[in-house]
Amino acid sequence: MARNVSTGRKLITTVVAWTIAILIFFPILWTFLTSFKTEAQAIASPPVFLFFDWTTENYSEVQSRSDYLKHFMNSVVVSFGSTLLGLLIAIPSAWAMAFAPTKRTKDVLMWMLSTKMMPPVGVLVPMYLMFRNWGLLDTRTGLVIVLTLINLPIIIWMLYTYFKEIPGEILEAARMDGASLAKEIIYVLTPMAIPGIASTLLLNIILAWNEAFWTLNLSAAKAAPLTAFIASYSSPEGLFYAKLSAASTMAIAPILILGWFSQKQLVRGLTFGAVK
Amino acid sequence: MATLHTRSAARLMIAPSVLLLLAWMIVPLALTIYFSLLRYNLLMPGMEEFAGLSNYTYFLTDPAFFQAIFNTLAIVLGVLFITVAGGIGLALLLDQQMFGQGIVRILVIAPFLIMPTVAALVWKNMFMNPVNGLFAWLAKLLGLQPFDFLANAPLLSIILIVAWQWLPFATLILLTALQSLDEEQKEAAQMDGAGAWSRFIYLVLPHLSRAITVVILIQTIFLLSVFAEILVTTNGGPGTQSTNLTFLVYAQALLQFDVGGASAGGIIAVILANIVAFFLMRMIGKTLEA
Repeated sequence: MARNVSTGRKLITTVVAWTIAILIFFPILWTFLTSFKTEAQAIASPPVFLFFDWTTENYSEVQSRSDYLKHFMNSVVVSFGSTLLGLLIAIPSAWAMAFAPTKRTKDVLMWMLSTKMMPPVGVLVPMYLMFRNWGLLDTRTGLVIVLTLINLPIIIWMLYTYFKEIPGEILEAARMDGASLAKEIIYVLTPMAIPGIASTLLLNIILAWNEAFWTLNLSAAKAAPLTAFIASYSSPEGLFYAKLSAASTMAIAPILILGWFSQKQLVRGLTFGAVK
Repeated sequence: MATLHTRSAARLMIAPSVLLLLAWMIVPLALTIYFSLLRYNLLMPGMEEFAGLSNYTYFLTDPAFFQAIFNTLAIVLGVLFITVAGGIGLALLLDQQMFGQGIVRILVIAPFLIMPTVAALVWKNMFMNPVNGLFAWLAKLLGLQPFDFLANAPLLSIILIVAWQWLPFATLILLTALQSLDEEQKEAAQMDGAGAWSRFIYLVLPHLSRAITVVILIQTIFLLSVFAEILVTTNGGPGTQSTNLTFLVYAQALLQFDVGGASAGGIIAVILANIVAFFLMRMIGKTLEA
């Protein structure tokens, strides 16, 4: 850690790294800037970077034209709903597997993970038909069900790796002191498990918010979350860059902020604990 | 007695997830297999009949199928190449001392957090559009003819967009792995007179090999199923030039209503993904031992 490098070298690294980082980030920055332009300025040539008449009318326009808030709420309901439901099902399972493992625990975990390997398109047809027959097409309930199922393995895995890190001796100590199972769970385990649960929650909200296979195929005008709503901008009618940018900015801003807070968990969750 | 009690309680706690995932895995997949053996079109309800393997022969002899397989592989390999090579470079860079490292990290991670439809539409319209895009403006600035990316090089354009989204993932994981490299080892190598290049080849790269494998396998699973980016940019076209297997099955099912044919395609996609999954599972399984 205490490796010291010369200030000169540090400066060069800084310049190179910042340049590359800004280039990578540029499309997002550009979207953000464009969302405050008029449609004419959005396609101006040469492009205007900062010196334009900043306006927020795109935001109100997007809302009034296409009821943006409805789709935003769909995204919120679907991503929070599926994550919370997933946690409800996964916490007991991960808990049991971490604290009362059997010979088969490893196989069960691996099998759960393997369901995640199934390409969604392999079950698109039956899912579509079942949803159609059960009236679940284009409903929030339907999307919550599918997203819960596809993210359940990741939720269980993440929780399992976190729970596994809670030292077993603490449990034994509590038991020695005569704590009942209920007390053990409430006073000893829960406080230690909360950070792991919170990280799992965060990562899965991000994943569910951005999920763009099932949301695109199983929703239409009514239940479409932002992924599907934004896709409707792929068939343009006239000038629309500024409005696309405004809609996009609102769709990505909350998740960018959440994601920046959970960088570490991102790695762990997405590699199923293989890289920490 | 206590352990017996705990054990049955544990089983009860695991049961809901197992049952749900079992149902999720078996029911739709069994239906897909069943449909794939039928002649079944949604436009002709009630006309379903057993068709044997004809859906498979239809799919496997369709020229679009081979194009789709080629495109699927091109997307997977193209994106893997860019993200792994770029990710190693970026991770090495971000591991150096610099000013504002935290902010640089945040900027680099951002594309991974963008929903696929937004990423694809922003690139398509504001960058790759041959009239109003920034690339067209840059080309004109340099005295070149603007290039219509999505019309003339649809597959490459999609690869670039998807690579932009996945570069942060590779970078983040490789950076995490890099930071676990023992500083003393590096210093020892340096003192023994190892140059930067040989330190990279003999020390850093072997240390990263595990993380690189994880990146490749996990990305492959997701890249085999690229869908939204194709849907909103090229819609698989022109023709089938940017149709991958996922998109082909989608088109067969929800645009042509050919349930039987689409199901056969879906099963082929499952087989393909299983080959990759086999290796990934073995990798992850090893970490459970530790």
